[in-house]
Amino acid sequence: MQDRILLAHGSGGTMMRELIEELFVAEFGDEALRRMDDAASFELPAGRAAMSTDTYVVSPLFFPGADIGRLAVCGTVNDIATSGATPMFLSVGFVLEEGLPVEDLRRIVVSMREAASEAGVRIVTGDTKVVDKGHGDGVYINTAGLGVIPDGIDLSGSYAKPGDKILLSGTLGDHGIAVVSTREGLSFSTDILSDAAPLSAMVAAVLDAAPDARCFRDPTRGGLSSALNEIASASGVCVVVDEASVPVRDQVRGACEMLGYDVFHVANEGKMLAVVPADGADAALGAMRGAPYGEDAQIIGEVIEGTGGRVYVDTVFGARRIMDMLVGEQLPRIC
Amino acid sequence: MDLNTGFRDPEVAKRLIDSIAATSRTPVKIMEVCGTHTVAIAKNGLREVMPDSITLLSGPGCPVCVTANRDIDTAIEFGRVPGVVLATFGDMMKVPGSYSSLAREKADGRDIRVVYSPLDALRIAADEPDKQVVFLGVGFETTAPTIASVIRQAKLQEVGNFSVHSVHKTVPEALRALVNDPEVKVNAFILPGHVSVIIGLEPYRFLASEFGVPSVITGFEPVDILQGIHMIVQQFESGRAEVEIAYKRSVAPEGNPAALAILEQVFEPADADWRGIGVIPGTGLAIREEYADLDAAKRFQIDPPEVKEIAGCQCGDVLRGVVLPFECRLFAKSCTPEHPIGPCMVSSEGSCAAYYRFTDYGRS
Repeated sequence: MQDRILLAHGSGGTMMRELIEELFVAEFGDEALRRMDDAASFELPAGRAAMSTDTYVVSPLFFPGADIGRLAVCGTVNDIATSGATPMFLSVGFVLEEGLPVEDLRRIVVSMREAASEAGVRIVTGDTKVVDKGHGDGVYINTAGLGVIPDGIDLSGSYAKPGDKILLSGTLGDHGIAVVSTREGLSFSTDILSDAAPLSAMVAAVLDAAPDARCFRDPTRGGLSSALNEIASASGVCVVVDEASVPVRDQVRGACEMLGYDVFHVANEGKMLAVVPADGADAALGAMRGAPYGEDAQIIGEVIEGTGGRVYVDTVFGARRIMDMLVGEQLPRIC
Repeated sequence: MDLNTGFRDPEVAKRLIDSIAATSRTPVKIMEVCGTHTVAIAKNGLREVMPDSITLLSGPGCPVCVTANRDIDTAIEFGRVPGVVLATFGDMMKVPGSYSSLAREKADGRDIRVVYSPLDALRIAADEPDKQVVFLGVGFETTAPTIASVIRQAKLQEVGNFSVHSVHKTVPEALRALVNDPEVKVNAFILPGHVSVIIGLEPYRFLASEFGVPSVITGFEPVDILQGIHMIVQQFESGRAEVEIAYKRSVAPEGNPAALAILEQVFEPADADWRGIGVIPGTGLAIREEYADLDAAKRFQIDPPEVKEIAGCQCGDVLRGVVLPFECRLFAKSCTPEHPIGPCMVSSEGSCAAYYRFTDYGRS
């Protein structure tokens, strides 16, 4: 195989076939994919299905702790998981830029395989396109996923009620700061790693412990603030977060200070928010902490009465302020 | 690095808050004149923990906000000159001028680029020799020395395709204009820490000696700000009026002589037009004659349109502390951070944006 991606790799001819067979099929290794039919076919268990899609354009492709491949699997897996569904199948669409080193693509594909295997999802179908040099940024990836919701589970951001507790599965801001730390002109030394991780096992564990949980959200773009504001607004309630109980690494806090970011706006790719009734909160927290990637979980706030869908922060100085949503863009292309 | 100790220690903050409440008896209006203070006060909810006797007002401390329409119109005209790359700090992009904004000009195809430092603008000039790079110099004494040094560097390196449009402003004489303004009812100033790192204490002395206004140079962490307020209240209650420094870890009374020297070398005082306040003599920084070839206004013949003020916008009054952000008729109605009408809502350091983002004043 060539060592760089050429336009011919997207032409539908022999070079494309070689790329698919030697890289995608060989690495992903799924039986449905191996059949090379235009559509994957598989058995779907009974029940309601959940489906989600997301496109990944992060720059750079490789950053501390993860890469675009891990992100592309985890992001879609987590979106499906927020519905309570067990993620099962993924499709993968690649937009490759002419000239991309095939070794880079292989690293990304291996990373996707590992993340998919960790999350227990099968990559069953895919697509490859190649664009002219200068018309892409190495690789863009789209993934779509399908999962099945267990009987009796009904979650929605509109179900939060006054008195409910807000759980956060770990430290805020790691992904955004890890990506930003690599950017030209912003390079500063940190050992912060992206938190990109599949959280479907965590959601399942929390649902086992607290079956009447209201909803889950993964606070990605827009950070904790957008996720909470969406829930408050959809449920017609207000939310109060206790600033002191929100876990943030010192290095992330320091980087946010330096760059002028609000850590509540910074993106996460391996954190889950859960809204659960107060009487199930301790059990949910225990389950979250016992699940992979949940050891730093905290109860960070609660739902209160109120109209307008406001989110407040009780600051460490004893004042209550608004947790505003990010306006405009903080930094582009972080996921 | 633990950022929750020292200048953010909630216990230290609590003691200062208690002491302020115990000391303050006479109603006092304290104005801060730095956008970083504006945001820090709102974000940490410090207004809410003040006793009823203390009112914290925001003044003309956001460099983007105080930039007059005329100066924005002029920048837009530079951007329209064929072959010009207009380089600017990002905060200026969305500020509305009389008829357009830099963001809209960029969408219309003008070559307008956001830079983080004037050095980036100089680099663009080196990388793209067939373009003329105009850097929009906005800011107070804090940013102006860096821009002065870039102007000097461009001169030394004989960079022929780089120039600066200076709309820099200096703080002390603007404070004089405020205390002379009968509409402005301010009893004390929280003075800007960063500006004071450069200029020191002396230029503010008149506030105490001529006007009897207690003024304290203050840092930006919550404990710094509370300490500044505490010192103001102590002065006020004991009948003293002095200019003091609560930010001694960064500010020396004489300022930063090296930065002052380069400011003096490249710039000279000029009149400056402040939004909401008008022209204040000597508060601008014009590029000196010996650097005239780096002055965009002398390099390009442009003809900005007649200035049109924004209908209904009270940013001018907000900037003087005469109207609180939520008292403006447009606040949180037609003017929001997503769809800002006036610059105080556009800029992340603007007082309207700070009120909107961190409080629910003015919203049902």
